[in-house]
Amino acid sequence: MILGGLFSFQTFLSELIRTYPLFLKGAQLTIQITVTAVAIGMVLGIIVALFKLANPVSRRIADFYITLIRGTPLIAQIFILYFGFSGIFMLSTFWAVSLALAIHNSAYIAEIFRGAIQSIDKGQREAGRSLGMTPGLTMRRIIMPQAMRRAVPPLGNQFIIALKDSSLAAFVSAGELFRTAQGQVSATFHTMEIYIIVAIYYLLLVMILTWIVNKVEYRLSVSER
Amino acid sequence: MKEMIRVEKLNKSFGDLHVLKDIDLTVNESDVVCLIGASGSGKSTVLRCLNFLEIKDEGKIIFDGEQIEPKTHDLNKIRQKVGMVFQHFNLFPHMTVLENVIEAPIMVKKMGKEEAIKEGKALLDKVGLSDKYDVYPSKLSGGQKQRVAIARALAMKPEIMLFDEPTSALDPELVGEVLETMKTLAKEGMTMIVVTHEMGFAKEVADYTIYMHEGKIVEVGPSVEFFENPKEERTKEFLSKVL
Ligand SMILES: Nc1ncnc2c1ncn2[C@@H]1O[C@H](COP(=O)(O)OP(=O)(O)OP(=O)(O)O)[C@@H](O)[C@H]1O
Ligand SMILES: [Mg+2]
Repeated sequence: MILGGLFSFQTFLSELIRTYPLFLKGAQLTIQITVTAVAIGMVLGIIVALFKLANPVSRRIADFYITLIRGTPLIAQIFILYFGFSGIFMLSTFWAVSLALAIHNSAYIAEIFRGAIQSIDKGQREAGRSLGMTPGLTMRRIIMPQAMRRAVPPLGNQFIIALKDSSLAAFVSAGELFRTAQGQVSATFHTMEIYIIVAIYYLLLVMILTWIVNKVEYRLSVSER
Repeated sequence: MKEMIRVEKLNKSFGDLHVLKDIDLTVNESDVVCLIGASGSGKSTVLRCLNFLEIKDEGKIIFDGEQIEPKTHDLNKIRQKVGMVFQHFNLFPHMTVLENVIEAPIMVKKMGKEEAIKEGKALLDKVGLSDKYDVYPSKLSGGQKQRVAIARALAMKPEIMLFDEPTSALDPELVGEVLETMKTLAKEGMTMIVVTHEMGFAKEVADYTIYMHEGKIVEVGPSVEFFENPKEERTKEFLSKVL
């Protein structure tokens, strides 16, 4: 067998069974990091999107933020939060990674929300205003609920990216999925088998996330059914 | 007769485009006024200035005897008293029919939910949609949508209703039901300004008809006289094309 030295199905199976308690723990942390990052990223993203749409000055601020965050690698942002500030305060690996991932994603989420808000027909705003609703109330009650719906598919996409990007946490030794895999590789030298196993865990998580996003999308589409 | 709205020397430009030129207009309580004219003549802009979706450049808008200026007045308050019905309905697609109608009374007027629902249902009954309370707008025909839009505007108990081509987006067989609803409103004494291409409606229902051409009012007259005996050449020419 050509792959004989690289990959053995038997090793794969035995490692799969041996390591699953470790990987389940790692998966738990991966999920915690991703959920925390996505939740904070959504709040930040909405704020940045509203900045972008409010007035020319706030738009500049939002543009600067988005350029800065999108233009620099996530790994640099994680290192800056974790090592860069260590002289002033010490973030736990969990919070350093979660916050960096949240900030990183907020730039992309902001653009998703901005696009969704701008895609709502301007007649909706006018109808709200013509009923005496203030701009804020119109945004909150009329525009946002519709924009949220439109944002769900691209947001789902972004969440999948965030889930996979959380693997960069391994570089600051947070014991999530990828770090667990690295640890097992150096202990056993079953490189190919272990990395394939961890890839499968990510794939499963992504499939579950996709399923959830589809459910949400279906739920929210009641008014179009 | 009480004066509801008076407009004096209203001017409005979009960039270099001078869209409204010295518009003068008076509408008394319970008057129904139809505004007709070619596409681009500025009819929609007149309506939009009247509820301040567009802000005039110059001139006076006097509402209920009070001159309204964006600087001194809370325009949100004014808009509560001016109902607007749009060509494309602009219903809120994420809300049911009843939710569309009670949204503004609850959120803007702070009316109690129960009362709002009671009044909302009564309005929907009135426009003939008592079986559609909990349906989403996407399930309605164009004529039904527009009647919901009328009920939604009426729910704020406006003093005047503005209609911008309320039947222009409808299939011909659905125009009648909306015009009927508007006729009923007119009979009940609602003050209305209606931009329309329905000359039959204008002649039958409107107290006055106004013809606009390139941002100016060319002719105003009591409707029957206006249609049977137009005075201006321009009006005659326009009517000969559309009648
Ligand atoms: N927001 C805007 N920005 C720039 N130009 C505008 C704007 N709104 C209207 N216009 C222009 O002003 C002119 C008058 O428009 P308006 O919509 O009032 O005409 P109308 O009589 O209602 O026409 P229609 O019968 O087609 O609805 C048109 O030339 C239009 O292109
Ligand atoms: Mg128009």
